[in-house]
Amino acid sequence: MKLTLNIWRQANQQAQGAMRTYELDGVSEDMSFLEMLDHLNEQLNEKGEDPVAFDHDCREGICGMCSLMINGQAHGPEVTTTCQLHMRSFKDGDTITIEPWRADPFPVLKDLVVDRSAFDRIIQSGGYISVNTGSAPEANNLPVAKEKADRAFDVATCIGCGACVAACPNGSASLFLGAKITHLGELPQGQPERWTRVVDMVAQHDHEGFGGCTNIGECTAACPKEIPLDVISQLNKDLRTAMRHGL
Amino acid sequence: MATPTLIKGGRSTRSTIALKLLMAVTGLVFIGYVLLHMYGNLKVFAGQDAFDTYAHHLRTFGEPMLPHKGLLWIIRVVLLLSIIGHAYAAFTLWARANSARTSKYVVKKAVAATLSSKMMRWGGVALLLFVVFHLLHLTTHTINVNGDPESPYDRVVSSFQPEQWWVAAIYLLAMVALAMHLRHGVWSACQTLGLTNNARSRMRANSVAVFVAVLVAGGFALVPLSILFGIVD
Amino acid sequence: MTTNTNTSDAAGFFTLGDPIADTKAPTGVPVPQIWEERKAHAKLVNPANRRKIKVILVGTGLAGASAGATLGEAGYHVESFCYQDSPRRAHSIAAQGGINAAKNYRNDGDSVYRLFYDTVKGGDFRSRESNSYRLAEVSANIIDQCVAQGVPFAREYGGLLDNRSFGGVQVSRTFYARGQTGQQLLIGAYQALERQVAAGNVNTHTRHEMLELIVVDGVAKGIIVRDMVSGEIETHLGDAVVLATGGYGNVYFLSTNAMGCNVTAAWRAHRKGAYMGNPCYTQIHPTCIPVSGENQSKLTLMSESLRNDGRIWVPKKKEDCGKDPREIPEEDRDYYLERIYPAFGNLVPRDIASRQAKYMCDDGRGVGPEVDGVRRGVYLDFADAIARMGRDAVEKKYGNLFDMYKQITAENPYEVPMRVYPAVHYVMGGLWVDYDLESNVKGLFVAGEANFSDQGANRLGASALMQGLADGYFVLPYTIANYLADAPERIDESHPAVVEAQNAVQERINHFLTVGGTRSVDSYHKELGHIMWEYCGMERTKEGLTKAIGLIRELKADFWKNVKVLGTADSLNQSLEKAGRVADFFELGELMCIDALNRRESAGGHFRAESQTPDGEAERIDSEFAYVAAWEWGGEDGSPVLHQEALSYEAIEMKARSYK
Repeated sequence: MKLTLNIWRQANQQAQGAMRTYELDGVSEDMSFLEMLDHLNEQLNEKGEDPVAFDHDCREGICGMCSLMINGQAHGPEVTTTCQLHMRSFKDGDTITIEPWRADPFPVLKDLVVDRSAFDRIIQSGGYISVNTGSAPEANNLPVAKEKADRAFDVATCIGCGACVAACPNGSASLFLGAKITHLGELPQGQPERWTRVVDMVAQHDHEGFGGCTNIGECTAACPKEIPLDVISQLNKDLRTAMRHGL
Repeated sequence: MATPTLIKGGRSTRSTIALKLLMAVTGLVFIGYVLLHMYGNLKVFAGQDAFDTYAHHLRTFGEPMLPHKGLLWIIRVVLLLSIIGHAYAAFTLWARANSARTSKYVVKKAVAATLSSKMMRWGGVALLLFVVFHLLHLTTHTINVNGDPESPYDRVVSSFQPEQWWVAAIYLLAMVALAMHLRHGVWSACQTLGLTNNARSRMRANSVAVFVAVLVAGGFALVPLSILFGIVD
Repeated sequence: MTTNTNTSDAAGFFTLGDPIADTKAPTGVPVPQIWEERKAHAKLVNPANRRKIKVILVGTGLAGASAGATLGEAGYHVESFCYQDSPRRAHSIAAQGGINAAKNYRNDGDSVYRLFYDTVKGGDFRSRESNSYRLAEVSANIIDQCVAQGVPFAREYGGLLDNRSFGGVQVSRTFYARGQTGQQLLIGAYQALERQVAAGNVNTHTRHEMLELIVVDGVAKGIIVRDMVSGEIETHLGDAVVLATGGYGNVYFLSTNAMGCNVTAAWRAHRKGAYMGNPCYTQIHPTCIPVSGENQSKLTLMSESLRNDGRIWVPKKKEDCGKDPREIPEEDRDYYLERIYPAFGNLVPRDIASRQAKYMCDDGRGVGPEVDGVRRGVYLDFADAIARMGRDAVEKKYGNLFDMYKQITAENPYEVPMRVYPAVHYVMGGLWVDYDLESNVKGLFVAGEANFSDQGANRLGASALMQGLADGYFVLPYTIANYLADAPERIDESHPAVVEAQNAVQERINHFLTVGGTRSVDSYHKELGHIMWEYCGMERTKEGLTKAIGLIRELKADFWKNVKVLGTADSLNQSLEKAGRVADFFELGELMCIDALNRRESAGGHFRAESQTPDGEAERIDSEFAYVAAWEWGGEDGSPVLHQEALSYEAIEMKARSYK
């Protein structure tokens, strides 16, 4: 099929960017969206134009490196990552607008590549259980109710791609934050640091410049791992409890 | 705004979530208030005496423990503080949201957002303007549309006569705005207060939100509509 | 150990060096006591001195992140590097199936010895007993550690950890987190690493790629990296260098590896003197989603846990291959694994399952779309499982894998059998290390898939995660201390070795940007991949490998003259990054073929057509090849030098692997 692509081009973080239009022929519907971009880059390379920079790595929907706002939707029209989006979701003759994640805490580094290190810092601020290697007790000494283990797992599937931020009208990272708070907060191992964790992580989230949540739900609709909105409620509840503890 | 530093000594009370909690709690105050207000309004249907007695009683409630109009002033102060808190939280979060995305998308689709949630901020501003209008109209009588009769009942009934249809129209439009604000606000408050930790409770919170929105806005709208169509005169 | 330069199939392509041996594993004690003995006598570093010691750590997968976290906790100063935008994205994250541990929670006869035995046997007696035993020994600690970190492993209703049987073993010792075990383990290690970042013990450098190792008198002193955003070339010096850079499966272009996985860090170390161990040992995973077309950039693996309940078959008749599989009656289906290997059936080891699938397709009985005139796929059918367990139970167990399959192929596996085909997945080969995980270049430690050490010629399912975490959490922190205790001498940036390394990096970048050729990097990579897959893939022959070496050399020469890399050095330039990686893949590919050519036996993942039993099974030749091939870089125009490390087996009797 033949497509018209409107793509954000920006030379580097300081440069002014702009949308550019490209015509692309010979796209097959079995291609993934990123393979379509590979195809475009091969052609740009041939013409001597700088290929479009975009983040990607595992191409199997798990590393969270790929991003892209496709026609106004994070990771495009399907509930999946961009690397798992296939061109069969588009039609011959379609015009596709491709933009980077837009959020000030995620500055654009080049074209469609953004810096998501803010997420790493949110984890640094408390997204872990403090246990040094070697000091762990026998694993089965600590039974975990299956429902709790299952819920912890369900929300731990977050891949940290940032689609929630990209889709949120407020540029909030509450879904990412809530997923980690819920994952660690559901487990008995996570209890000792539970209240300080939520306070520290929320403080870091705010410090990075993410917006506040207004419970709209765009994040969860864009999440390729379908992290439910519950986690934000859990996050709020945990913060409220921390407040009660005077933290 | 991103700075590669780790912040130390964060406080729960200084967070965006604290702002949301402020918003939720003050919002609940308003919901309690509008429910009582609506209950009072519906006394219109019980006739002039009942309505005027009720209005008068509001001023004498709690006497002699409270001074004349004591309760009314307590309510006014609580409401005033709530509106300040509510608006402060709203405008702070609004500003934050704007600075969290200074470069806008060329194309952005909303997938999950309800109309109510999209109207939240401007709808809130509209409601604020309406409250000012409403106070100037029926509390201070600064806006005089009907010769300012003595009886509260007469004042209400004369305000919504078909000759001044635009007054009723303003009130009815405001009720639409209120319904939408409540639709998202009640749900959002439940979420902010941490009451919606699973799919079922989320569904329940959404149902409650729709119910409250319809109940309050419908209850309020009943009075001007009834007057407009001559059911109450 | 009888290989010499004249009798080897690879004669003329290499020279023979001195034999080598691991000198670190204590001798004279039974295998089960080696690790205790080693730990008991390893030197320690005074806690007060650790802060002043700097460890350079490249790669943040399971091995890298766990090593970084543990070294940070111990108080060392760690500088960590990864090419991704966050340590959490390393490709360990994609491992699906699970992680083995000899916990014997199922009371089914498992033990450290049995896991050790399975590992050595599974590795076709081409791994070191001492290393494999240690791996099994620390496996139980890994689970404890991960659970304490909050890794949400699958649990039973009683709240205790669940296990499943996995990949060709007869006990249930695999711990799992649905189909995302690698992700959960990596996030655990990543969080532990980030905790150390917050504590100030670890610095992370994301979007940085290691381009050169700095070696002074045979001792690793630091690395040169490129900041992939600004293009700046940076020098980082330290007291020890740890490479945890994963495998090089991307030499085949199409593999289940992430797009960015590369051999550059390991290969630069190799060129600086580090031996490459058994580079030809690659693992071809039997259950990947088949290739669908020309533009495909990667292959997606589906967990081999699917073979627990799915049945593999192809049509008996060639003319049925294009039909809807549901219309092919039972009697016209060939459940070939169950037929050939009745004892293990669909659960035979990966190499056997892969090779049999290739034979079926070569025989013209493959299914799915024709790519280059051949149908390359076999059915993996869950119809029986759905009938037996119910659709819900199947969905619960495999739902996410089925969804993934549907997403990629647009076919519903609940209704139509899945199609699978082997793909390159893991490499057992890697930089040669001794028992301390130290390379022959002193101060250079190699962990996880990047080293060659524990898996032998073939890796069991659910053992890669185990090895990565074993190395990072429980092995390296002890052994590296032993090295650091001797306070290695430091150099500064003005040292000639540093300047030389910086210049080399700069020159290479300049070359790519100025060569002004006409072909894209990807097109070279694809062509190299085709050569490797064709001649150094599931089945290798002397003729094919010899031909491949010639083809690679030709293509490589053309690449250096005719590659086209646009953009500048001082910006984010993905073509430039790829060019450097592909350049190293050429050299690696050639060495892999030479290694495969020399090893005229079939062992594990390496199947030489010239070495098979009368009924077509792999034939190992212990009398000639019971050694580790450790290859030394022979110089730009020289040929590689083969050092042999003899393998001997004390705890387990060496015997032919049979799954019949």
